[in-house]
Amino acid sequence: MTVQSAWFWAIGRIDLHSFAFVRAWEDPSLDKMIAAGAASLVVLGAIAVFAIITKLRKWRYLWQDWFTSVDHKKIGIMYVILSGIMLTRAVIEAVLMRMQQAVAVNQPGIVAPEHFGELFSTHGSIMIFFMAMPFLTGIINYVMPLQIVARDVAFPTLNSISLGLTVSGAVLLMISLVVGKFSTGGWSGYPPYTEMAFNSGVGPDYWIWAVTLSSIGSTMTGLNFAVTIYKSRAPGMHLFRMPLFCWTALCTSILMIFAMPPLTVATLMLALDRYLDFHLFTTDLGGNMMNYANLFWLFGHPEVYILILPAFGVYSEVISTFSAKRLYAYRTLVYATMVIAVLSFTVWLHHFFTMGQNANINGFFGIATMCVGIPTGVKVYDWILTMYRGRVRFTVPMLYAIAFLVTFVIGGMTGIILATPPLDYVVHNTLFLVAHFHNMLIPGLLYGMLAGYQFWFPKAFGFRLDETWGRISFACWVVGFYLAFMPLYVLGAMGMPRRMAGVFQGEYLPWLIIACIGAFILLAALGALFVQLVISIRRREKTRVPAGDPWDGRSLEWAISSPPPEYNFAVIPCVEDRDPFALRKEQGRAYQPPHAYEDIEMPKNSVLGPVLCIVGAAAGFALVWHIWWLAILSFLGILAAVIVSSFSRDTHRVIPASEVARTHEHWLRTVAEARAIPRELETRSANEGLAESAV
Amino acid sequence: MDDRAKYRRELRGYAIGFASALALTCAAFATVHFDLAPAGTTIGIVFALGLIQLNVHFRFFLHIDLKKSARDDLQLILFSTLITLLMVGGTLIILFNLYHRMM
Amino acid sequence: MSADELKHAGLNLQEADPLTHEKAGEAIFGFWVFLMSDAVVFALLFATYGVMLRGTAGGPVPHEVYEIKSAFIETLILLSSSFTFGLASLAMKYEHKRHQLELWLGVTLLLGFAFIGWEIHDFVSMAAKGEVPSRSGYLSGFYALVPMHMLHVTIGCVWGMVMLVQIRKFGLDPMVKINVMRLSLFWHFLDIIWIGIFSVVYLQGLA
Repeated sequence: MTVQSAWFWAIGRIDLHSFAFVRAWEDPSLDKMIAAGAASLVVLGAIAVFAIITKLRKWRYLWQDWFTSVDHKKIGIMYVILSGIMLTRAVIEAVLMRMQQAVAVNQPGIVAPEHFGELFSTHGSIMIFFMAMPFLTGIINYVMPLQIVARDVAFPTLNSISLGLTVSGAVLLMISLVVGKFSTGGWSGYPPYTEMAFNSGVGPDYWIWAVTLSSIGSTMTGLNFAVTIYKSRAPGMHLFRMPLFCWTALCTSILMIFAMPPLTVATLMLALDRYLDFHLFTTDLGGNMMNYANLFWLFGHPEVYILILPAFGVYSEVISTFSAKRLYAYRTLVYATMVIAVLSFTVWLHHFFTMGQNANINGFFGIATMCVGIPTGVKVYDWILTMYRGRVRFTVPMLYAIAFLVTFVIGGMTGIILATPPLDYVVHNTLFLVAHFHNMLIPGLLYGMLAGYQFWFPKAFGFRLDETWGRISFACWVVGFYLAFMPLYVLGAMGMPRRMAGVFQGEYLPWLIIACIGAFILLAALGALFVQLVISIRRREKTRVPAGDPWDGRSLEWAISSPPPEYNFAVIPCVEDRDPFALRKEQGRAYQPPHAYEDIEMPKNSVLGPVLCIVGAAAGFALVWHIWWLAILSFLGILAAVIVSSFSRDTHRVIPASEVARTHEHWLRTVAEARAIPRELETRSANEGLAESAV
Repeated sequence: MDDRAKYRRELRGYAIGFASALALTCAAFATVHFDLAPAGTTIGIVFALGLIQLNVHFRFFLHIDLKKSARDDLQLILFSTLITLLMVGGTLIILFNLYHRMM
Repeated sequence: MSADELKHAGLNLQEADPLTHEKAGEAIFGFWVFLMSDAVVFALLFATYGVMLRGTAGGPVPHEVYEIKSAFIETLILLSSSFTFGLASLAMKYEHKRHQLELWLGVTLLLGFAFIGWEIHDFVSMAAKGEVPSRSGYLSGFYALVPMHMLHVTIGCVWGMVMLVQIRKFGLDPMVKINVMRLSLFWHFLDIIWIGIFSVVYLQGLA
C-alpha cells in the first residue's frame, strides 16, 4: 500500500485545500476571506459554546435535562433553538446575496460566482429543511400534546431520534462551511448538474446527506404526531372538538408521512448515481433527469403546505384569542385544511411547466393549482369574520396575523399568474418566482411561527416577551419584506433570471438597491428578535405569568401552570366543548381542585436520540468524504444502538400521586393569590396569568 | 367459543390465504411461461391476478376487513392507495408524455 | 370497548391477552403508518422502474435478463415464509409451548435467508453477464427497486433474530409480543411488495 492510498483509506478525499482557511491563506481575496470568516465564526462559535458550558459546569445538566430528555416540551424547545441558529445563518447569507446583486451590475461583485452558488443553495436548503421544518415541528411538539391533553407524544423516544437526525443534518451543513464546499445546485439539487460527470466535488454529497437525514427525521415526526392525535386525545376530545391548530398539525403530519418519501427516494437515487455509477438521472446510457424533477416536486409541493398549514393553525388560535371570539365557521376551516392537504398532491407539475409535456397536461395542473385558492380563500374570509365585531387587541401575535392576511393574499394573486402555463413560460426562472415564493412563505410560515413563538412563549417559560421590541421586530419584518421582495416582482417582469451572480443591465440597479436595503431591514428584524429575547429574560421577574393564562386563552394548554409540569395535566379532564377553557371560565369552574390524584407513569430519558445524532452526522460526513471505514462503523453503530436499546425494559418511571397533588395544589394557591386583570392590561406587569373572565 | 376452536378458525384463515395466494401465483407464472396469450393480454392477466393476490394478502395475512372496528386501518390504506395512484399515475403520464414528445 | 375488538392490522391478540391487546392499538398503528410511508417509497421505485424500462441504451433488455425459474422459486420461498410467520403468530397468540413460536419463527427466518441467498445468486450471475447498474438506465431502475426489497428482507431477518433472543431472555412480555406483531406486519408487507415485483418486473419483462 502506498502512502497515498493509506492516506485515502484513513481520511478519504480530505486534503489541505478542503479547509476554507487554507484557501484564504493562499488566495486572500475578498471572496475567500468571507468564506474563511464564516468558517471561523463556526469554529469560534463552537469553541465558545463548549467553553461556556464547561465553565458553568452545565454538561451534566444539559445531558440529563435536555439532550436525553424525551419530554415533548423540551424537544419542542430544542427544535426552535436549532431553527433560530439556522435562521440567523440563512438571513446573513440572504443579505450577502442581495449585496452581491446590488454591487455586481456591470462589474464583479464581492463574492465569486461559485461562492454565490453555494450561498443560494445553502440559503434555500437551510430555510426549508433547517429553519422552517424545525420551527414548525418544535411548535407543534410543544403545543399539540397540551391542546389535546396528552401526557406526551405517542412515541417519545422516536421524537428524540427525529430531533437527533435533524440536528445531524444541520451539523453537516455547518461543517461544510469549514471543510469542503457546499453544493452549488440550489436547494432542489437538480441533476444532471449535480451528477458526478459535472460536479465531482463534495458539494452535492453534503446536500444529499444533510437533506436525507432531515427528511427521515421529518417522516418519523409526521408519523409520531399523526398517531398522537389519532390515539392520545383526552376523553371527550372528539376530532371536531380539537383546536384548529391540532387539525393543521394533523394534516401537516399526514403530508409529512406521504410527501417526505419522494424526497428520500430522489436524494438516495441521486446518491446511487454518484456513488455506485447508476444511470437513473444521468444524461447518458438511458438516464432520465426529468424523473428527478418529477420526484422532487412530488415532495416539494406538499412540502409547501407542510410549511404553511401549521401557520394557518397558529393564526386561527391567535385571531380567535385576541378577538375574544369563538373561531368563525370552524368546520369550514377544518374542511378547507383537508382539501388543501389533498389538493397538494395534485399540483406538483406546476413547478416544471416548461419541461416540455403537452399543453393538456399543463392545463390540468394549472387548473388544479388555481383550485387551491378556493379553500385558502375560505380560510381568509373565516379569519376576517372571526375578527368582525370582536374586541380585537393588537398584540404582537395579532399584528403578525393581520400582516399575514394582507401580504399572503398578494402572494396568492401572483400565484394565480404563475399557475397559468403561458404566463409561467414568460416569468419562469426569473426573480418573479423568487418574489412569489418568498411572498407566500414569509407571511405563510415565518410570520406564523413568530406569532406562535410570541403567543406560546409565556406558556413555555413562565414569563412574557417584551412588547416594545416585539413590535419593533414585527415592523422590521414587514417593512423589510416589502422592500426586499416587491422589487423582485418588477425585476422578474423585466426579465432578470434568478440565481445570477452578476448582471449587465444598468436598469436593474435601482430595484436591486431597494431590495438590498430591504434585506438589511430584515437583518435588523432578526436582531430585534434577539434583543427582545435578551431584554425579556433580564426583566422576567416583572413579566411572570405563573397562573398560566396571560392572554385569556380558549383552549386547554392555558388551563395549567406556566411552565407546565413534566406530565402536563395533574388529572386528565373530560373535554365538553370546542373552546373548553373559555367555557369553564364563563361558568366559573376553571380552577377547581380535582377529586382525586393518581400516580402518573412517564417515559424515562433515552440516550438513543443523541447517540443517533452523533452517529448519523458521522455517517453523513464519512459518506461525503469517502471515508469508508467510518461509514461502515457508523452504520454498524446505528444498528447496534437500535438493537441494544430494544433490550431495555426499564423505560418508565412513576410519579407518585402525592407529588402530583403537592405540585398542583401549590399552583392552585398561586392562582388564588394572583390578581385577575382585564384584557387591556395584558401587556402590563399586572398580568400574572389570570384573566378577569375567570373570576 | 373455546380457544381451540378459535385457533382452528384462525389457522383455517391462514391456510385459505396461503392456498389461494399459491394458486394465483402459479396461474400468473403459468400464463407467462406457457405463452397462453399474446404479450399485451398476458401482461393484463398478470396484473389482474397480482391485484387479486394483493387483496388476498390484505384479507388473510394482514386481517384487514370491512368491520367497523378496523376502520382506521382501512381508511389509512385507502388514503395511501389514493396518494400512491396519484403519484405513480402522474409520474407515468408525465414522463411517457415527455418521452413521446422527444421521439 | 371489548377485548374482542380489532384494534390494528395483522393478527389481534384480543382476549387471549387483553392487557397487551390494549397497549398494542397505538404501538401497532404507528408501525402501520410507517409501512404506508414505506409503501410510497416502493411505489415510486416501481414508477421509476416503469419510466426507465425503455432506457436500455442498446444493452440487455428485460427478457434477456430475467429467468422465470428463479423468480418462481423466490416467490414460492417468500410466500411460504409468510404462511409460516402466520403459524408463528398463532402460536404466540394461543400461547402454545414456547418452542412452537420459536420453531415457526426460525423456519420463517431460514426461508428469509434462503430468499436472500437466491437473490444474491441471481444478481451475481447477472453481473457476470455484464448486466450491472452502470450499463443502462433500465438496469439502474431494476437495481434500485429489487435490492431495496432485499435490503428490507435482510432487516426483517436481523430483526427476527433479535426477537428470538428476546423471546429467550424476556419470555412473552407485552413488548416482545408487540414487536413480534410489528415484525409480522413488516413481513407480510414485504410479501405484498414482492407480488408487485414478480408481476411488474419479472412477468411483465418475460411476457
